[in-house]
Amino acid sequence: TMASPDDLKFQEFEEATDLLLADPGASTLSMSGSSSTAPAGATGDIKLDMSDDEEQEESSELLRGEKQTSGFWTFEYYQSFFNVDTMQVLDRVKGSVMPLPGRNFIKRTLQSSPDLYGPFWICVTLVFSLAISGNLSTFLNSLGSPHYHYRPQFHRVTIAAVVIFLYAWLVPLGVWGFLTWRQREERQQRGYSFLETVCVYGYSLFIYIPTSVLWILPFEWLRWLLILVAMVISGSVLVLTFWPAVRDDTKSTAFATVATIVVLHALLSIGCKMYFFQTATCTPVPTLAPNHTAAIMTNKTH
Amino acid sequence: MAEVEETGKLMFADLSDVSISGDIPVQGEINVPVGTPSQDKEYSTLDEPVKDTILRDLKAVGKKFVHVMYPKKSSALLRDWDLWGPLLLCVTLALMLQGGSVDRKDDGGPQFAEVFVIIWFGSVIITLNSKLLGGTISFFQSLCVLGYCIMPLTVAMVVCRLVLLGGSWGFSFIVRLIVVTASFSWSTFASTAFLADSQPPNRKALVVYPVFLFYFVIGWMILTFSPSA
Repeated sequence: TMASPDDLKFQEFEEATDLLLADPGASTLSMSGSSSTAPAGATGDIKLDMSDDEEQEESSELLRGEKQTSGFWTFEYYQSFFNVDTMQVLDRVKGSVMPLPGRNFIKRTLQSSPDLYGPFWICVTLVFSLAISGNLSTFLNSLGSPHYHYRPQFHRVTIAAVVIFLYAWLVPLGVWGFLTWRQREERQQRGYSFLETVCVYGYSLFIYIPTSVLWILPFEWLRWLLILVAMVISGSVLVLTFWPAVRDDTKSTAFATVATIVVLHALLSIGCKMYFFQTATCTPVPTLAPNHTAAIMTNKTH
Repeated sequence: MAEVEETGKLMFADLSDVSISGDIPVQGEINVPVGTPSQDKEYSTLDEPVKDTILRDLKAVGKKFVHVMYPKKSSALLRDWDLWGPLLLCVTLALMLQGGSVDRKDDGGPQFAEVFVIIWFGSVIITLNSKLLGGTISFFQSLCVLGYCIMPLTVAMVVCRLVLLGGSWGFSFIVRLIVVTASFSWSTFASTAFLADSQPPNRKALVVYPVFLFYFVIGWMILTFSPSA
């Protein structure tokens, strides 16, 4: 009669433990299921114990494969985007304010596990810091005039929320779509996923939070200096990330893409500064926010 | 089949001479397994006067208020959650934030709907955030805790409105600033005390930060409330 599957399994286990006792440092391969082929990118049934150098790459491959197992209607699918620890989030924030040449944010800091926690809460914090700091600066500007009656200007929160969240989602969508369309022909390196693009844009907005708080100080030269610093830091994070993805393309397309990214980023920061931090002498100026929110803006002039 | 009938008749043959005349009283106890006491209460609450029902709910809400004021790790807020308290606090806060500033359409403080949306939408988003990060607290328990911990801020709002009767600036502003800061810290501390246990250990800060931001924004709305001239 045939040996039952349980007997076979038990024997294998004994053999394996004997071998391990003899040589504890050997690399082991354990498989569940009966598939004879063992591609590394298969869905999560395969565990590989390898030495540390190879483990990083392999685990990132596996993570990429594993992530698509749940459908988008399950809770676990969204939980995979929040799989970060406190230290990881802090590292990513640090990586976004210290762009060094050659340090691709996505490759080095994200390491193929983008999260949505950082982008989302950075955007929320930015919305409130813009609205609150803008309100404070308007108040400080008008402190001298006797007719001024303090107003909380709460509608600014709504406007800030619309602008920031549209920027943080539509621009990465456009950039990702464009890069994926251009990459169709090459297939050399894996393009950035949509989530990674959203992630890098979200973290790049972090520098604007302390900038917006410092904008309360009523010195015009200081505000422009701060904008410049913030744009350089935040823009270089984006440029360093996207340049490797476009440099294989034709020169003109590569430059045009990078230039568009920088220009949009500049428009966002200048627009925010002009709308939320108006100087006392100007009448409220219609904002220079990015094109796709222009329609909303024109209705809001008081 | 016939065999079974035969054996049956044989088995009962011994009893065939026992006659049962009249009623034989049966003694003993019948124990019906009863469910948990609360299930019993549900069935019996239909008969009690309305005053009792309302008072019982009010007492539960009041007990939770006391637990928020002295935040120890009590399970009352978590196990017997209810959303009456948060609704009451939210409506009170939103109503008290009205009636400020000259312009009601623009440039003014938050409208009633804005306060409502911020509190409830904010609580839902914070709860989703903590669940997505791997927290084990249930959805409504978390809403309950976040809502009840708004209580110090509502108290601060009442105090601020009283202080504002005596003027807006200078000393009154300092007092309001101190009161709002103290109550916002109290709210954050209280809700963290209740929520912290259910989070994975290396993500506690990731869950506490949105709570901090939430109460900070509510505190900002209270502090910047300026009555009409």
